[in-house]
Amino acid sequence: MAGASKAVMDSRANLPFVYRQYSPEQLRQVLHKMYLIRRFEEGAEECYMRGLIHGTMHLSIGQEASAMGICMPLAEDDQITSTHRGHGHCIAKGAEVSRMFAEFFGKTTGYCKGRGGSMHIADVAKGNLGANGIVGGGIPIAVGAALSSKRMKTGKVVVSFFGDGANNEGAFHEALNMAAIWKLPVIFVCENNGYGMSTSTARSTAVKNIAERAAAYSMPGVIVNGNIFSEVAEASFKAVERARAGEGPTLIESKTYRHRGHSKSDRNRYRTKEEIEDWMANRDPVTLFETELRDFGFIDDQGIEAIRNAVAKEIADGIEFAKASPAPEIATLENYVYTEQA
Amino acid sequence: MDAAVRELSYAQAIQEAMAIAMDMDERVFLMGEDIGVYGGAFQVTGDLVERYGTDRVIDTPISELGGAGVAVGAAVTGMRPIFEFQFSDFATLGMEQIVNQAAKMRFMLGGEVSVPVVMRFPAGSGTGAAAQHSQSLEAWLGHVPGLKVIQPATPHDAKGMLLAAVADPDPVMIFEHKLLYKMKGHVPEGHYIVPIGKAEIRREGGDLTIVATSIMVQKALEAAAALGGEGIDIEVVDLRTIRPIDRQTIVDSVKKTSRLLCVYEAVKTLGIGAEVSALVAESEAFDYLDAPIVRLGGAETPIPYNPDLEKATVPQVPDIIAAARDLVKGVR
Repeated sequence: MAGASKAVMDSRANLPFVYRQYSPEQLRQVLHKMYLIRRFEEGAEECYMRGLIHGTMHLSIGQEASAMGICMPLAEDDQITSTHRGHGHCIAKGAEVSRMFAEFFGKTTGYCKGRGGSMHIADVAKGNLGANGIVGGGIPIAVGAALSSKRMKTGKVVVSFFGDGANNEGAFHEALNMAAIWKLPVIFVCENNGYGMSTSTARSTAVKNIAERAAAYSMPGVIVNGNIFSEVAEASFKAVERARAGEGPTLIESKTYRHRGHSKSDRNRYRTKEEIEDWMANRDPVTLFETELRDFGFIDDQGIEAIRNAVAKEIADGIEFAKASPAPEIATLENYVYTEQA
Repeated sequence: MDAAVRELSYAQAIQEAMAIAMDMDERVFLMGEDIGVYGGAFQVTGDLVERYGTDRVIDTPISELGGAGVAVGAAVTGMRPIFEFQFSDFATLGMEQIVNQAAKMRFMLGGEVSVPVVMRFPAGSGTGAAAQHSQSLEAWLGHVPGLKVIQPATPHDAKGMLLAAVADPDPVMIFEHKLLYKMKGHVPEGHYIVPIGKAEIRREGGDLTIVATSIMVQKALEAAAALGGEGIDIEVVDLRTIRPIDRQTIVDSVKKTSRLLCVYEAVKTLGIGAEVSALVAESEAFDYLDAPIVRLGGAETPIPYNPDLEKATVPQVPDIIAAARDLVKGVR
C-alpha cells in the first residue's frame, strides 16, 4: 500500500484484503460510492413512481459491493461492459449521478443525450462501454475490446458484467471460449442474484455454481460472497493481475441478491417475503461494509453521517440538474444513427 | 501486363482490397471461420494468412454470434475488423450482435462511439448447396437503421466498395453473390474507392429501366443485349447499395424511360423490389409511368437442392427478357 508505514501495515496484517491494500481515505470513498449507488437507485425509483421517469428500470439495490469490489482495482482507462441492471457499475466506474439522472429523464445532458435511458446507460470517457438490453449481449463485445487491448498493446483490462441469466446464453459460452483460446485480458463477472427474472438458478442452470463453468474453458473460476466488498475486490484484484500479465481470463461468480424485483412490473411471486427480508436485514452489503469500516477504526459515526449527508446532497442536486436540463429537439430524432460525415 | 486492362476475379479483387486495407492501416484485421490456412470457404482470403500472420488473419471457432460480437467490440475500441460469415445464411446466428449491437450502439450511446466494422456475407443460390446455404438475406439487414448494406456486382466494385466500407465509420454489411466470385473483370491496381450509397447506370436506354442487384445486374445486361436486337432499348441500373438507397438515380431513370422492372434474387415478397417500386410510386416519377411496375424476384420457397428446381427458384435471363418485352410492348 502506497504511503503506509511499516507499523501501519503491521497493524492491518490480520485484516481482510482491502484494508491491507487500500488507504483509509480510499476505503471511505468506497463507502461514499456505495451509498451513492444506493441513494441514486432509490432516487431514480422515486422519480419513476412520481412519473418523472418513464419506461422501466432494473435496480441493483443489494448488489453495491459487487459493482464496487470489481471496479476497485480497475484503472480509469480499463473498460467494462454492463447489463440492464447497470446503474451500480456505471457509478462504480466513475460516472456522475447528475448526468445519469439526466439520461433517465431523457435529457440532452444525459450520458446518451436521452437516446438510451436506464437500459443503455454508458460513460465511454470513463471506460463504461454501456449497459445492454440483451442478456449476454455485452459479453462478446468485452472480448472484442480485450482483443483490441492485446492487439494495440494498451495494457487495458476489460470487465464484462452479466447476471446469472446470461450464463445460459450461447453468447456467454462462445465468448468465454474465444477469450480463453486467445488468452485475452478480460474478466467475466457473473453477478448471481439467484434469479433470471423469475426463474431461479436452481431451475435454470445445470451446475450448482456458475463458476464451475470456467473449467469448460480452462480458466480459473472463483466464487465470492458478492455482498462483502473485500472478498469481491480481492478476487477482482487477482484477476486483473492475471489479465495484465497476459495469463488470460478469469470467471468470477459474485453471489448476491437484489432487494427489488426484476423490473418495475415484478410482483415478486417467485420468492418469499421472508427471503427478501432476511437478505435485507442480515446481508445488506452497504451495512456490512459500513460496520466493518467502523469496527476496524477506519471511520466513526461522524464520518458516516458526513458521507450520508454529502450523498443526499449529490442526489438532490443531480435530480435538480436533470429536471432543469433541456429535452432533445424532435428535429434531432435521426441524429447518431450514422456518423455525421464532414 | 497493361494496367488499364488488368483483370481479376471478383474473389481476387476482394482479397486485394483486404490486403491494401491491411497495408494502409495497422488497425485492420480479418476474422472468420477457416479464413486462415484453409483460405476461406470460397478462397477469398486465400493466402493472406501467410502474408499477414495469424494475428491479423484470425481463424475463429465456429461461433458466429460470439465472433460477430468480438468484431463489434474490437471496432468500438479502435480496431477495424473485417468479419467473414462463411455463408450469409449464418447471419441468422449472429443477428443479435448485428441488429441489436452493431447497428444501434452509436445511437443508444448518443453518438459517443462509432462501430467501424465490416461484415462480409457470401450469398445466393446456384451452387447446389440447398436451403440453408443459398439464401439472399440482404433485405433483412437493409431494414435496420444504423447499418449500411451493399451488394457489389462487379470485381471493380467489389474492391472499391470494400475499401469504402473499411474507411466508413459505421457498420457496413457486404453481400457477395457466390456465383460472382469467379467472374473476371477490370480491376485497377492500388487504392480506390467506389462510394457507398451511389447506384450506377450500367447500360443506358430509353424504353425501360431495370433496377437490379448483385448477380441480377449481369443477367439484366444479358437480357438487355438480347432485346437490343429486337429494337428494345433498356437502361440497367445497378443498385449497388440497398441502405442507404440511391433514390435519385432510380427516379431520374424512370422519368426517362417511363417503365420500371425490378430484378433481384431474394424472395420477392417484402424485398428490395418492393422498396424500389414504392419509392418510385411515391416520387415525381409516378406521373411518368406508362405501365405498371413489375418485380421479378425469388419464388416463395426455400432454395431447393435439385438443380432444375434451384434454377427455377430465382429469375433467369429468359425470365427477364420475357418480362421486359411484355412491359415495353404493353402486354402488362
